[in-house]
Amino acid sequence: MPEANLTIQWHRRLMDQLATTLAIICVLLVIIPLAAIFIYLVIRGVASLNVAFFTHIPSGSPGEPGGGMANAIVGSAIVLLTGSLIGVPLGVGSGIYLSEYSRGQFGRVVRFTADVLNGVPSIVIGIAVYALLVIRQKHFSALAGGVALGIMMIPIITRSTEEMLRLVPNSIREAALGLGIPQWRSTLSITLRTAISGVITGVMLAFARVSGETAPLLFTVLGNQFWSTKLNQPIAALPLQIYVYALSPYDEWHRLAWGGALVLIVLIVATSASVRWIASRGFAGSAR
Amino acid sequence: MGVGIKVENLNAWFGKHQALHNISMEILSNHATAIIGPSGCGKSTFVRCLNRMHETNPDARAEGKVQVKDMDVYADGVAPVDVRRRIGMVFQKANPFPSMSIYDNVAAGLKLNGFRNRKKLDEIVEKSLRSSALWDEVKDDLKKKSGASLSGGQQQRLCIARALAVEPDVLLMDEPASALDPISTSKIEDLIFELKENYTVVIVTHNMQQAARVAEFTAFFLLGKLIEFDKTEKIFTTPSEKRTEDYITGRFG
Repeated sequence: MPEANLTIQWHRRLMDQLATTLAIICVLLVIIPLAAIFIYLVIRGVASLNVAFFTHIPSGSPGEPGGGMANAIVGSAIVLLTGSLIGVPLGVGSGIYLSEYSRGQFGRVVRFTADVLNGVPSIVIGIAVYALLVIRQKHFSALAGGVALGIMMIPIITRSTEEMLRLVPNSIREAALGLGIPQWRSTLSITLRTAISGVITGVMLAFARVSGETAPLLFTVLGNQFWSTKLNQPIAALPLQIYVYALSPYDEWHRLAWGGALVLIVLIVATSASVRWIASRGFAGSAR
Repeated sequence: MGVGIKVENLNAWFGKHQALHNISMEILSNHATAIIGPSGCGKSTFVRCLNRMHETNPDARAEGKVQVKDMDVYADGVAPVDVRRRIGMVFQKANPFPSMSIYDNVAAGLKLNGFRNRKKLDEIVEKSLRSSALWDEVKDDLKKKSGASLSGGQQQRLCIARALAVEPDVLLMDEPASALDPISTSKIEDLIFELKENYTVVIVTHNMQQAARVAEFTAFFLLGKLIEFDKTEKIFTTPSEKRTEDYITGRFG
């Protein structure tokens, strides 16, 4: 029945085009806000960037022209590094545990805890660290901020690492065991290495997520108008500085806030891109 | 012509299900022995018990005695890792390490066990790849190409080379050619012929012609029991058991 066939074909083609169009619309809906934010940020931000922005600390009196965010850029780097030093090993380690070693009840408890921790509002984590660390130390510190961000990174990295390791086919693990390679060695040098790009993507997502966090820093690093790189002293951080400046009544500070926002985004993208580039250089390297 | 593997009263379970019942057999060294039988009869479980891979499944368990040369595989204090180093295994589906080059795939068993002598490693990699008849096809991209970039048949020969590199006494092959085309299959079969000069080979196969082609001895398994174990010729021409004959002639299975 050629006629019936034609009807079916016509119908199929229509549905096909409809689905394609819908998919394209969805893509645009995702891209447009992202592009809009980024373009606007570049337009507003670039104008306020100059050498002083990267080399000077904020000027002495509020609203006075000049000054920069050098201390906040370095401060953010220090806090994020501290956070990553805590979050990445613990997160990747628990992810490995969940995927490779846990059987039964305890694994389920760990997984559930990670999911709950992931859902805890960041400000609550800030308060918790304030109560546990800041009050006990009797002052705000970069370290406390790093701990807060590290705690936020752990569940994200744990779950993404677990998912990525689970994607490695079991036949690969069997091959390693069959060669008489001890399990810890096979997990580190074969399973983890096979999944490494996915694991790194998870780590970078967590990193990007906490890079912009302001709330947990309010109660922990406090912010600092002066130059400080000490772990046990209050320190400046980009998101905090942006928050304070954007809420201020001074145009000069608004300008700096835009610049800070642009620098923050570029830093996140650059870190993420360079880590991925390093990790993706070839399949090989040598088995270590 | 000594005994390569001596199995006595081997029993194996998956949870409560008993997969192997009282298997006892003596496998001659430097010969190929084929394990045949219908799906689910315990062939794979049997070979996986020989190098203690069976117990890597959750709630799997094995009991009995397996002796490979001077090593009592299930004795107290014998580490499964050491057993597997001496009893190599090739799996049904080729499973090269995708994140490693061809060279690293072959060297993995040694490198990851702490072997560091580079010159010796180069020699072993070449020797293993020659033994698995893959050297000429890959010698120019040893470190350039990933193990996963090879064809299916080449990948399986790479896995054989990887197993040979750790210089095992025994090579277990679990349906090594069942996922390959006829040409790759015949290459693997030729290879088995050469390998048994130096190794004790145990090969699980669904393909009775394959068993007849490569193995001097054949064991027929059914429902977790060893029904008959004899010279391949005898199994395929004048089996002593009715059930063997029924299977060979295609009456079931």
